[in-house]
Parts: sequence; C-alpha cells; structure tokens
Amino acid sequence: MKISISGGRVINPVTKRDEVVDVFIDGGTIVALGRTPAGFKPARVIDARGAIVCPGFTEVGARLREPGAEHKATIASELEAAAAAGFTTVCCMPDTNPVIDTPAVVELVNQRARGVRGARVRCIGALTQDLGGSVLAEMAALKEIGCVGVANAGHAIHDSNVLKNALAYAATLDLTVFLDAEDPWLAAQGCMNEGAVSTRLGLAGIPAAAELIGLGRDLVLLEDSGARAHFRTLTCGRSIKYVNNARKAGLDVSASVGIAHLTLSDEDIARFDGHFHVRPPLRTRRDRTRLVRGLAEGQVEVLSTHHEPHDADAKAGPFGATAAGISGLDSFLPLMLSLVEAGTLDLMRAIDAAAVQPARVIGNAPASLAAGEVADICIFNPSETWQLTADTMLSRGKNTPLLGRTLRGRVLATLVGGRIVYERKG
Amino acid sequence: MVNDNIQLDSQGRLKHFLTIEHLPKSLLTAILDNAERFTVVGDRAVKKVPLLRGKTVVNLFFEPSTRTRTTFELAAKRLSADVMNLNIEASAAKKGESLADTLRTLEAMQTDMFVVRHHESGAPEFIARQVGAEVSVINAGDGRHAHPTQAMLDMITIRRCKRDFTNLKVAIVGDVAHSRVARSEIHALTTLGVPEIRVVGPKTLLPRGIEALGVEVHHTLESGLEGVDVVMMLRLQQERMQSALLPSGHEYFHTFGLTPARLKRAKPDAIVMHPGPINRGVEIDSAVADGKQSVILQQVTHGIAVRMAVMSMVMGTAAQST
Repeated sequence: MKISISGGRVINPVTKRDEVVDVFIDGGTIVALGRTPAGFKPARVIDARGAIVCPGFTEVGARLREPGAEHKATIASELEAAAAAGFTTVCCMPDTNPVIDTPAVVELVNQRARGVRGARVRCIGALTQDLGGSVLAEMAALKEIGCVGVANAGHAIHDSNVLKNALAYAATLDLTVFLDAEDPWLAAQGCMNEGAVSTRLGLAGIPAAAELIGLGRDLVLLEDSGARAHFRTLTCGRSIKYVNNARKAGLDVSASVGIAHLTLSDEDIARFDGHFHVRPPLRTRRDRTRLVRGLAEGQVEVLSTHHEPHDADAKAGPFGATAAGISGLDSFLPLMLSLVEAGTLDLMRAIDAAAVQPARVIGNAPASLAAGEVADICIFNPSETWQLTADTMLSRGKNTPLLGRTLRGRVLATLVGGRIVYERKG
Repeated sequence: MVNDNIQLDSQGRLKHFLTIEHLPKSLLTAILDNAERFTVVGDRAVKKVPLLRGKTVVNLFFEPSTRTRTTFELAAKRLSADVMNLNIEASAAKKGESLADTLRTLEAMQTDMFVVRHHESGAPEFIARQVGAEVSVINAGDGRHAHPTQAMLDMITIRRCKRDFTNLKVAIVGDVAHSRVARSEIHALTTLGVPEIRVVGPKTLLPRGIEALGVEVHHTLESGLEGVDVVMMLRLQQERMQSALLPSGHEYFHTFGLTPARLKRAKPDAIVMHPGPINRGVEIDSAVADGKQSVILQQVTHGIAVRMAVMSMVMGTAAQST
C-alpha cells in the first residue's frame, strides 16, 4: 500500500536529519523523503502537521507473560499496547512458562503474534535450560529459529563456571547475551534500594554493591570469553564507570536504563505503595541524575521500558509481599519527553536511545527514517496532554505508580513494515 | 499520589494508629494523658469502663505474640468491647488465601477495629487502605517498620521517671537494624522534643542512613552511654548469629552487654528499659535487669493503659488533645 506522511517534523538520528518534510512509503519501504516521487498516488495520507515523525522504537526486553501467565497479559495485548506506545519491535524475555529454551516455544510465540495488529515480536532465548543456571540451553537451535540473543532473565547463575562456559558458548555462536547484573546473595532478602529510605520504612534493602559485584563478575568473564553482551537496566550511577572502562578495554558491551529508573527514585516510594516495587530497585536521586547524564552522553546506549505487566492481585499487598515490576509501555514516550523538557536529554538522542541503539543491539535492520529503509515509523504529538488511567492504558498490566497522572506527549500512529498498526481515533 | 495522612481524619483526629512518624506532638501528649487516666481503671475492683461497649475488636495476628496480643485483648475488654483473636499464621495464610481476601471476609463480619501484627513492613497501612471508612486499624508491630504502642508505653515510663523530655539524653542499644521498636521510639522521642538520641551497636546491627532519623551513631557502649538519662536496650534474636551479623551471644555480651560497670557511664539516676522478652547474659546482665535503675516491669504495667488510650481515641470516645 502507498502511504504518505505529510507535514511532520522528521527526526532521524542515523542521518542527523531534523526537518519538516513529507515521507513516502510503498510496499513496506520508505521510497522517498521530500518531493513526491513521480507517479506516486498514495492510498492513504497521514496528516502529521505539528507532529514528530521518527523511526519506530524497539524494546530490548519486555515481559509479555504468554505463554504461562495469560492472567497478567498476552502477546496480543502487549504487542498492541507497544504499537500504541510507538514501538515497532519488542523483544520477549525467555522467563515464560514453559521457558523459551526450545525452538518449539519460539514458534508458539511467533504463532500467537501472527495476525496481531501491533509491534513485531522477537524472542530472546534462555541462556541455561529452564533458566536453572546449571545446563546450557540449546543456543544454536534458538539462534536458527530467530532468537536475537540469550538471557537468564533475572534468574541468577550462582556458579561462575557455568556462566563462564555459557558466555564462551554464546560467543562461539556470535549470540548477544543479555545480562542482569546482580549478586544474588546481596540482593536475596531485599525489595528496594538499601539506604536512608529503606531504613526509615523498615524494608529490607538491596545495596548498590549487589549490582556492582554482579557487573564486576560478568565483565571479567566477558573479557575472558570475548562474548558480546548487553547489560539490562543498570540502576547505579557507579555502574556506568564499570561499563565505560570495559568498553575502553575493548569489550563488546552495551547497556540500557529503564525509564522508571530515570524518572523516579527511592524517595518516591510513598507509604509502602507496591506499585513502586521494581527489580532492580529504584535507586537514589543522585544515581538517577548520573544515569540520565550517562544516557544523554551515550555511555548507556539504550532507553528501555523495562515493561513488566502484572494483574491487580500481584500488587494488592504490603510492599515487600507484592510482585516486582512496572508496566512501562504506555507511559514511556511522555516520560522520555519529560527528560527532554527538563533539558537533560536532547530529542535527537532520546529517539536514538529508544529506536536506533536498541535495533543495533538486537541486530535488526538500521532504524533509519531514510529512503530505501524498512518503514518502521512512529508519529507522535509532543504536546498533547492526556491522563494515564486503567482505561487509557492499553497494556493489560495496570501496575504503574503513575496511574492518574496527566502526561504530555502521545502517539498518533505507528507503522510496522509500511502497515499502519496503530492510529489514534478522534 | 497516595494520601499521606491516612492516620488522621479531616479534622485531624486519630483515625488509625500505624506509626508515630508524622503525628503531631499534641496527639502524642494526648495519648500519654489519656493513658495516665486509664491506669486508675486497673486499680479498681471492677476494671471496666463502657467506652467501647457494643464495638467489635479483632486481633489479627499474622505473627506469633503472647504479650502484645494479651495486653491488647485486656485493654479492649476493659473498654467493654467484644474481642476476637485470630491467629492467621495458623489458618488462612497457610491455606494460600491472600491478605486482601482474608480482610474482605473479616469485614463482612462488621468489625469496628483491627489490631494487626504482621511480618511485612507496611501491612497495617495496606489494611487501613482496604477497610471501610468506619473501621480503624491499630498497628501491633509490622516487620521492621513500627511498633507505635510499645513506643508510647515507653514514653509514659520515661515521663513518669523524668517528667520533661526536652533536656534528656537517650541511648538505644542493640539490634536497631531489625527493630520496629527502635524506629518507633526514635520518632516518639524526636517528636516529644528529646534533644539527643543515640543509637549504639556494631555496624552490622545499625542500618545504613539511620542518621537521617535524627540520631547520633555510636559503635562502643562506653561512648554511647556517657552521661545519658535513659538507656533503652533492644532484644537480640538468636537468628542474627546464623545470618553472620554477629559471631556469638557470648561475644555480644562481652562488647555490648549492659553490665553494672558500664551503666556507671550513664548519669547516676539513669533508668534502664527493655521491651522484653529479655535475654539475660546476652544483651543485659541480670544485676542490671533486676537492679534499682531498671524500670522494665513498670513498662509492662503501662502497656494496657496505653492501648486503652489509643483504642478509645481511634473510636472517638476519648479526648484528642489536652
């Protein structure tokens, strides 16, 4: 189908382009920017005046909950929510039930995603069988079926020898390993950042040392194996230095931060509200400032939703007894724009961190809004305000501490492979 | 955002009693004054007043307790309420019922007040947000967070012995990290105007950032007790040795146990307190626990009066100010 997007401000971090220009799409591909190609008769014209047109976002690691926890969310519900949030690709973490450790489960996920009008799904396979941390998963088979990487999805690998071998084996197959840096012993009892706030509330803390020790161990083993790795959702300011030093030493590492960790801190944990319970935990305001700077300067490449939808019961209880996780898709764009508004992140870099870098991490085609590229596009109004409520949220997981807040910035339309998968009515 | 003042109603009256933090000094003083009045009730031949007649109080204990539960039960009965004791640890929670579901069932029984003890910090506050507008919740100890009635009975004991809070030095000694009593005492003491509060213990038992609550940190008993008016000892649980926080009870007594010799560092008229149950020879020497400076038994006596005061205040049948 021929589509034109007219009058929008096109921002493409790959070409550093930022100008008001029309976009022309034909058969899933961007065919031209600027002047209408000869003989181009669009079947659909999207009016993007006043809006920003940019490459669609990619999420490097979301929980879709299917198979196994369909009472929390489904592949269909979350891929639709993702499209409405400007995402064109979503990577699914392997901690489903059954675990994504065989090609059959990957096929199941792909089959459930077929026919869904939403973002496309890519699987991250398990690093160890059943995420048990002792036997390697059949990574070659997972790669062949299309997994973009492997991960142990928050399940600690206690035995460093297993991790060493898993990294070496993944390196053999040129598979990216997605790592959650956390020392399981230091994190074991905790449910929030260890510090003055956890002391006041009487909640067991997870010290920053848990992340730093996890990171330290992983980096040493990565150097040894030469594997390529992506650190998911770093939360401590000091972690950035560790990753920087590793990069300087020639390691092939990248990292992401979660949008919640950039906009909230442990001081926001008001009155034991379990909606602030997330793992890794919200850290201090100082950590948050350092993470935002790290993202702005590109020391941390990727901005993630860290999307973890839950059912209402999972959050109905005292803080420590609730399930960890924030449903992050729906509020992602407004929160990202709030950092731009605050002057701590420029818009070009924000889009780079949400669209271009994550696509690079998972080895996708470059997320570039240029002629000849795949038409994965997000169109959003940066100034429209709206209220985040259980009804306006499309994710089935309504678990966010921002419920009831008025947010600024809203997606108008999302195109995946030249197909309009989301368009806001009214 | 969540309402920050859940403990008070729109007129500033006590509705729930969950934590001392953020309560005004006038309310704490009112609790102490009401409790003083109720201590007289215990001395009468007929130990009852009709302030909660026709009300149903449910003791909801998710954690075993004998002393606290018994004093709450006695307090409610002396106020003429109907009392029901529910040991949830042994029933619903074991069967996998969620806290929210347990509450719905109990609320259907038209309860007026829940007295809650729970191993999770914040559980009484969660319950207070779930129950209907007519129901009050009193915290009888949650996780490491708060034990406000224990702190208030300690405040009565201090006021009776020392009269004025505003010229005191108080030392809280021991396992502050795992102690809900210590946190509530710190909030009560600061609100009542105590100018110097110290926490004393090894670094493994003093939580990170405790200074933010307005206390001085001491790592030796000798410096911590120097010139204090009040020594508040905390109970040391055996499990602290298993989780590598301390080598042994013997070594703890050697370094942080309160002995007559160490107590000499405090003022000559200093009082010694302990929330019980006492580990003799671990945190405190018997000679001190039973000595003339000890007020440990007085603390227990005040427990019933304080709980009567709080229960009648949240039900609106006792004065909210003095």
